[in-house]
Amino acid sequence: MTTSKAKPAKAKKTSALITNDLSMTVATMNGSGSQTSNLTLLRALFKMGIPVSGKNLFPSNIQGLPTWYTIRVNKDGYIGRRGSNEIVVAMNGETFAKDLQDVEAGGAFFYPDHLKFDIEREDISIYSFPAKSIVKDSDAPASLRDYLTNMTYVGVVAQSLEIDLDAIHQALDFHFKGKEKPIKLNMDIIQKSYDWAAENIEKNDPYVVSKMNETGDLIMANGNTAAALGAIYGGVQFASWYPITPASSLVEEMTKRIGALRDSKEVDERTYAIIQSEDELSAIGMAIGAGWSGLRAMTSTSGPGISLMTEFVGLAYYAEIPVVIWDVQRVGPSTGLPTRTAQGDIISTHFLGHGDTQNIMLIPGTVQECFEFGWRAFDVADRYQTPVFVMSDLDLGMNQWMTKPFEYPNQPFDRGKILWEEDLEKIKNKWGRYKDIDKDAITYRTVPGNKAKNSGWFARGTGHNEEAKYSEDNEHWEENMERLSRKFESARSGVPTPIIESRKGAKIGIISYGSTNPALEETIDQLEELGMATDYLRLRAIPFSNEVKEFIETHERIYVVEMNRDGQMHKLLTLDYPQFHEKLIALPKHDGLPLRAAWIRKAIRKVEGK
Amino acid sequence: MTEKTKSPNVKLNEVGMSKNDYRGAATTLCAGCGHNSISNQIIAAAFELNVVPEDMVKLSGIGCSSKSPAYFLNRSFGFNSLHGRMPSVATGALFGDHRLKAIAVSGDGDTTNIGMGQFKHVIRRNTRMVYIIENNGVYGLTKGQFSGTAEEGLELKYAGKNNFKPVDIVQEAMASNASFIARSFAGDSAQVKALIKAALSHNGLAILDIISPCVTFNNGDDARHSYAWGREHNELLHEFSYVPVEEEIQVNDIQDGETRAIEMHDGSHIVLRKVEKDYDPTDYKAAQRLLEDAYTDDVMLTGLIYVDPERASLPEIHKLPADRALNRMTETELRPAKETLAAVNADMF
Repeated sequence: MTTSKAKPAKAKKTSALITNDLSMTVATMNGSGSQTSNLTLLRALFKMGIPVSGKNLFPSNIQGLPTWYTIRVNKDGYIGRRGSNEIVVAMNGETFAKDLQDVEAGGAFFYPDHLKFDIEREDISIYSFPAKSIVKDSDAPASLRDYLTNMTYVGVVAQSLEIDLDAIHQALDFHFKGKEKPIKLNMDIIQKSYDWAAENIEKNDPYVVSKMNETGDLIMANGNTAAALGAIYGGVQFASWYPITPASSLVEEMTKRIGALRDSKEVDERTYAIIQSEDELSAIGMAIGAGWSGLRAMTSTSGPGISLMTEFVGLAYYAEIPVVIWDVQRVGPSTGLPTRTAQGDIISTHFLGHGDTQNIMLIPGTVQECFEFGWRAFDVADRYQTPVFVMSDLDLGMNQWMTKPFEYPNQPFDRGKILWEEDLEKIKNKWGRYKDIDKDAITYRTVPGNKAKNSGWFARGTGHNEEAKYSEDNEHWEENMERLSRKFESARSGVPTPIIESRKGAKIGIISYGSTNPALEETIDQLEELGMATDYLRLRAIPFSNEVKEFIETHERIYVVEMNRDGQMHKLLTLDYPQFHEKLIALPKHDGLPLRAAWIRKAIRKVEGK
Repeated sequence: MTEKTKSPNVKLNEVGMSKNDYRGAATTLCAGCGHNSISNQIIAAAFELNVVPEDMVKLSGIGCSSKSPAYFLNRSFGFNSLHGRMPSVATGALFGDHRLKAIAVSGDGDTTNIGMGQFKHVIRRNTRMVYIIENNGVYGLTKGQFSGTAEEGLELKYAGKNNFKPVDIVQEAMASNASFIARSFAGDSAQVKALIKAALSHNGLAILDIISPCVTFNNGDDARHSYAWGREHNELLHEFSYVPVEEEIQVNDIQDGETRAIEMHDGSHIVLRKVEKDYDPTDYKAAQRLLEDAYTDDVMLTGLIYVDPERASLPEIHKLPADRALNRMTETELRPAKETLAAVNADMF
């Protein structure tokens, strides 16, 4: 570490201000409490009515390694990650040099004056502030000083960008659940830092924010919380899980929130059970057992857990047991980058299981959809009596997003074909667990506890006939597997349809899915401005519904944009529609970071020769 | 099928069932297999306990033992799951209607090799079921490989000589704090049946380690899991009998100083008549000493080794309604009302 003094800011004062259009990165150490500071900035901007997003780029570690938090503010509503920053706050000496280079020319660099470095850049504004002495001079207890040091940049940045202090107070009030003491303690440091900056910093950069009215009807939430709540509204009765980043918070949030929504006020009884299991094998085993017994059962995990669940998923597929599995994807193979985001489990999860297996997958692209698929997945699983995967990812699951409020389910439970005592009586025993009575490939099931004499059956992963009896008969095997294939095909009309955004005269199509959505929304606008109209289809499920085929049919070329190395969705589309293979162009990116519009735009223009 | 057999001569139990109502498909296991006699005792126990077959669930993993649930309780729901993973499936399955009585069957390979982790954890949770390990020291379906319970020095036709110390299922269950632990021998039908009855009355997980000889691959006279060894070395811890709730235990029996009665959670009793030494199976430390001695002396100690009738079981820990099944609950109970959503959204920021 060099110790020479920083040069004072020299960048020329810009006359025109740039309002509500900036990207900011805060570099800190993890475990230092900076998450509270960053969320406070993010929420304050949101409360000011300005479209905003926040993404946490964190290490697989508890304390002491570099962490970056990126906030994007954009008046036009683009909230995808941008990758470049006008504003950088460098609180971590270890990454100081790199962080300094990350500021765009004309931008601003904030750092606490206890970090002593040579600063060689003349093209940006440089602001240092006495973080430690501000905290020291306050009456904050010594034990909290390190933590409160991170609150100083909230005050300094708020003053510089003109972030409303009332909005900051609201953010703190939310974070600390109205507890007066911590709110006051933090607000006091922020106010002191704000006042110091007002007196001592001469603003040379043009970046400011200003109140808008764009977020009033939105909420701010993360996908895992939304999924947990969606499941609660879907009537979840059994959740078994094993801790894994980035999925852990899903069932943890469920545990935290389900009581208030579901527990009786009169009796100390529950309508559900949540179990932390000894591993993912057990988690899926319990969920399958519960699904078999007629409960709305689920588990949540990430790639490594999905790998472990393979054998069980094959069993549930073949024995036709409804179960919901959330895959909050991270970067693999192997332990990979456990705290980075990806869409790398698409092919493996779709075919998870040995032999011929095809699994239904729902793919949420917004936090609101995480809520919706939270309940809808149970309906789909019960309807088709099969494992249903919900493919989220770390970015969607763990980061805070502004999103439309959660909507109450627009349809009653679909429990599918379950027969109870009175149903069996009505059909006079004409029942076999795997008998295709309705000729729709979906058979009737009964569940343990049914008292009717002919209700019981023996579930098994071994070959079975229509009565669920053990059978090695070649015809039984083939007929049953063919029926399962027809059942999967029939789900094309029973899963969420894609969202299509059309532009006038577009001949080029883009297909994408999941958390890439904000980047795509921005890309298609940018391309249109450049004279290239594109239509955008966002997939929301596998199997693909007819709209997907039509979309491919009616476009000259289709770019399939996704976050993995091998273009996994591109491959699945090609398998389903081999006749269109020449039209489908793979555009995969797999650096572990949320996708950027600029990358997609350039990649498409490159192929288009523009 | 059952209708035909219900002639006036057929004995019916108190719920109007004949023994046939508790039978399964014809066994496909080898003639003389210990597992078949255990299946027969399950049938007899259920019949004598007057349980309606639809009020029972059967579960298993993979292997010869795990096939056996096809050969009893045909009318009950059953789940033949994955190798070593029966405990997790059972744990989830028994939340559907927690009032059902559950019998799970596993083998020594299914439990102590591939399934050791789930075995230990299902014990910790005290899931309410009878967990029978049909223990013969050898893999049958894959033809004669050693399992984790095979004794050191055992020589088998195809597998050669076993060089490793065996896993003792009862000691593993003790180490995991199981709330009901017994060992029996398939050759002692009366004891097997009485233990199954008691285990079905237990409010929690009951481990039954039943030495069940494999006549095809591991039945040599000196093999620790053979009929000959069992007959020679089976040492009864006590004469074990089970007295259901509706029958009264004979007060005189208990007061003669030779007999001990333990009240189970459901009000039934286990009656233990002294054979050589007085033994209290509710004394955990005594059970540990007993097992160590049995190990050193190389005897097949059978009977109820440990029981804690008052331990909370999994449905109680999860506060399930005592008299209602989760799987009969409807949307009204399971989906929060529409009015609640506004507060949920407001709570998001």
